[in-house]
Amino acid sequence: MMVKIQIDGTYYDVKPGKNLLETCLALGIDVPHFCYHGAMGSVGACRLCAVKKFRDPCDQKGRIIMSCMEPVNEGLIVSVNDPDAKMFRAAILESLMINHPHDCPVCDEGGECHLQDMLVMTGHNYRRFDFKKRTHFNQYLGPFISHEMNRCIQCYRCVRFYDDYTGGKDLAVFGSHDHLYFGRGEDGILESEFSGNLVEVCPTGVFTDKTLKEHYTRKWDLSNTPSVCVHCSIGCNTIAGERYGKLRRIMSRYNGAVNGYFLCDRGRFGYQFVNVENRIGEAQIRTSKNSNPVEATPDMIASACAEALSGSKKIAGIGSPRASLEANFALQKLVGKENFFAGVSRTEHTLAKTAIDILQHEAIHSPSLKEIEKADAILILGEDLTNTAPMAALAVRQAARNKGIEVAGNSGIPPWNDYAVRLKAQDVKSPIIMANPFSAKLDEIAEKTYRAAYSDIARVGFAVAALINDGAPGVKGLSKEQLSMAQHIANALKEAKNPMVITGTHGGSEDMVHAAANIAMALFLHGKEGALSIVFPECNSMGLGMMDGKPFEDLAGLPADSTCDTLVILENDLYRRADQSLIDDLLERCKNVIVLDHLITGTTLKSDILLPVGTFAESEGTLVNNEGRAQRFYRVFPAEGTVIESWRQLKELMIFSGNHESASWENFDHVAQAMSDSIPAFAKIKGHMPGADFRILNEKIKRQTMRFSGRTAMNAQFSVSEPKSPVDPDSPLAFSMEGANETPPSSLVTNYWTPGWNSNNAMNFYLDEPNGSMKGGDPGFRLLETAATKHILFFAPVTGAFTPEAGEWEIVPAYQIFGSEELSSQGPAVAERIPEPFIIMNRRDAEEAGVKEHEMIDLTLTRSSLQVKLKIDDNIPAGVAGLSTGLPGMPFLKLPESGRVKNSKK
Amino acid sequence: MFSILRSLWYTFLHAFHKRETILYPEEKPYLPPRYRGRIILSRDPDGEERCVACYLCAAACPVDCISLQATEDKDGRRYPETFRINFSRCIFCGLCEEACPTYAIQLIPDFELSEYNRQNMVYEKEHLLISGTGKYPEYNFYRNAGVDMGVKGKGEGGNEHPPVDIKSIMP
Ligand code: SF4
Ligand code: SF4
Ligand code: SF4
Ligand code: SF4
Ligand code: FES
Repeated sequence: MMVKIQIDGTYYDVKPGKNLLETCLALGIDVPHFCYHGAMGSVGACRLCAVKKFRDPCDQKGRIIMSCMEPVNEGLIVSVNDPDAKMFRAAILESLMINHPHDCPVCDEGGECHLQDMLVMTGHNYRRFDFKKRTHFNQYLGPFISHEMNRCIQCYRCVRFYDDYTGGKDLAVFGSHDHLYFGRGEDGILESEFSGNLVEVCPTGVFTDKTLKEHYTRKWDLSNTPSVCVHCSIGCNTIAGERYGKLRRIMSRYNGAVNGYFLCDRGRFGYQFVNVENRIGEAQIRTSKNSNPVEATPDMIASACAEALSGSKKIAGIGSPRASLEANFALQKLVGKENFFAGVSRTEHTLAKTAIDILQHEAIHSPSLKEIEKADAILILGEDLTNTAPMAALAVRQAARNKGIEVAGNSGIPPWNDYAVRLKAQDVKSPIIMANPFSAKLDEIAEKTYRAAYSDIARVGFAVAALINDGAPGVKGLSKEQLSMAQHIANALKEAKNPMVITGTHGGSEDMVHAAANIAMALFLHGKEGALSIVFPECNSMGLGMMDGKPFEDLAGLPADSTCDTLVILENDLYRRADQSLIDDLLERCKNVIVLDHLITGTTLKSDILLPVGTFAESEGTLVNNEGRAQRFYRVFPAEGTVIESWRQLKELMIFSGNHESASWENFDHVAQAMSDSIPAFAKIKGHMPGADFRILNEKIKRQTMRFSGRTAMNAQFSVSEPKSPVDPDSPLAFSMEGANETPPSSLVTNYWTPGWNSNNAMNFYLDEPNGSMKGGDPGFRLLETAATKHILFFAPVTGAFTPEAGEWEIVPAYQIFGSEELSSQGPAVAERIPEPFIIMNRRDAEEAGVKEHEMIDLTLTRSSLQVKLKIDDNIPAGVAGLSTGLPGMPFLKLPESGRVKNSKK
Repeated sequence: MFSILRSLWYTFLHAFHKRETILYPEEKPYLPPRYRGRIILSRDPDGEERCVACYLCAAACPVDCISLQATEDKDGRRYPETFRINFSRCIFCGLCEEACPTYAIQLIPDFELSEYNRQNMVYEKEHLLISGTGKYPEYNFYRNAGVDMGVKGKGEGGNEHPPVDIKSIMP
């Protein structure tokens, strides 16, 4: 149903239920605004979106209204261009500018400043105010965000985002009238995992990207490329900006089905690993097994590779969940299917396979983040989303509001009327149930929390499924508390219209994933959708799991003489995936170890031939996120020196090994095509993404903006004659400011700009409506949809109840948003946020073990021991302890397992 | 016939006019101060670099022959780490000077830029930066901006109130 409205004399058919401002933006009409945001709705705070409304066609006078607070109803007559409305808007801006400093030239927002845009749009270009301005001191807000409070125009977007949208606690507004101050109670690191979005949300330069400041570049000077975040399995869409051959920053790229307008801080600031000293620039060779590899000439490398590959009886390959599908596929081609090993531990491998099988079940739907936001009851089984898939945690926070929005809706308050909805809803929340061994940040929005060891969480999960559907196997011997918890969860899920289960592989528990699947299937039989989201460990874990491969421990387990002569390891630090002794032994046994990677790791130090390959920024490829969505990332800039993409390097190796099948892979499309043809799971990839020969009116899509500067000077120190701009044979994107002027397909948008909108708010004009989908459909496509298995087969519980043993603790992994992910931890900004290794225990247990809070304690596990700091969490059950996992310098640990603790000093 | 003779006469008279041609390079022509010649980077009245590395000149340049990289000193003062002009491309339009919000970049009355080797037409910051204020003796951007980058503290500018005490509840 559409309604007819009239804007400036033109009739439009528009969707009802929206406000006038978003309707205008969807229609492409420029209405100035500050406080309205697509994802956060309206509060009517800034008064900039004024337009004139007329009572009926005879009304000549009209009255000024705020378009963001005006619902669109049949027969609405408004004028955006009315002279009174225009004057009103210019006056509002002039008053906002009274205290605004003379900062643009040194303000990082300049050139993509929403305030600058609005000044031009309203025509207030000269200041008349000649008196003194109020000033503010700034605060230190941590390694990610700079603060310059003078520039604030009191739109409240920051606190609405930080506090209301992400649930942050430490950013607030202080003071009154024109003394308003947006900051923390005192200097200190912003605690929220989403603080980086303040850079994009704040319409002025109050909050800016501190990592960009170190190599500051204006928006118009960046060469921008659509990319995909490689720091967790959610696969948020990003725009990566480059200048002078260095990656300068990551901004969010809109994807209505995945990350929407936002990114988490790991995704936004983790990019620094691309620029670190630790990068491998040149190919290296080591002469003996006891030395480290040293740089060698291309000829030496070529002959060493040829010798290693052609002279081997058996070549094995270890793939990687942080490499693209195409790179893994090229490796599989090089070594053959039977010798291709997924570069993950056995547990992880089994879990990934199980999870993928489950998600392909026809009763089960793997929801997108957008769908998670729409859920009205969520059970989270044993996954600390804030640390393992931060944007999923943000989606859950939005889902928690749905009940409140419904309550407000019953009183006639539309969902976009943000403040009114929150006032009406008060504490009404959709049921979110958090079952996790230790306290997690999402607990604060949870209706109920359940603390237990993974095995108990799984048991309760099975019980829930059995309560929803009799066919599901139940569990015996549940305690009264567990039973009532299961009953409560089952009721909450059954009562909801859109219930959802979220779990993950981080707990290392197959039972838990099975329990989650049982619940989803039971819900399906109960007439619901059967929505189950499973968080995977890394950016391409799902993709790797969809390929044929065995865990690499299988290779290590072979007898020495049949292991392999040559081992090719793709972008993988094996020391993060299994015990050191096992890897040492494996690498020792193989005559030639060829490693392809971009950062120096324990594994690259042990390579006989080390080949430098590009990071995500110097390569192209496809990643499959935890939803099963295949998304392509593109090369941001041509790599330096001998660095090339992994798939190209592997193509060369294939030729060395005498396999000339790869000789025809001239560009990326060819390898993607070959992969689609040979792996059925990826058959859909071919033809789904615009190929390298895609053109708009015979032109490529430009990475650079039309104002890109310095073209004839940036390389002039080397040669005064400008070099030809590099060609990109692998994509329809050009390293140039010349290219099509039309809007490219949604997956190829390099830059958000539309006349009048230089700030990222231009995004709205690329969408079918604010907070909707990209025009032409959201980027990426789901691989899971078609595969389907019949018959619902419930899983049976395997492990029994958890029973604590005296003096022993079950050590469960506590992943950290900053630190547990390999690549982002290498960047200096993220490194500043990495905690010291710690263990979480409850107070009684700690007293029993004779250890005190904040002290270093010795933790002894089956195969290793380490020193960690003790943190107390009274919620963690007796006999269970959470250990920070995967932090730099920590050894590989196969968790959960049992361990003992004692005071370091004794 | 008459007009031909008149033209001849006028031409002959020119032999006694003041000469426009001068004996360059021994003799230098007069160039007005606003002549658009070689580009320099000036300093503020306190002797510090005026350029705040805002990239506006580079963006304004129609031939894109300015390229720079911003950096900051320990006080957070922003300045160009590198600043390069490729004079073999420059068309001396003066748009960079017009775009510059700090009077840092100025075109001066010097056109003697010939080189035997084109590569020598690439000027780096050390070739561009002079020790004086150039045409504008007074202006110091950092005294007028709101930022505290080591030149003046918050609220110390002539057009500024002292910083707000956010804990105060006074109206
Ligand atoms: S916030 Fe915008 S208008 Fe204000 S100083 Fe920065 S760039 Fe200029
Ligand atoms: S700091 Fe930015 S987002 Fe917050 S109120 Fe001020 S201008 Fe708005
Ligand atoms: S949630 Fe994951 S994919 Fe998204 S930005 Fe964060 S780390 Fe990257
Ligand atoms: S416009 Fe002026 S202040 Fe800005 S970079 Fe150029 S010379 Fe420096
Ligand atoms: S956008 Fe409508 S009042 Fe701010």
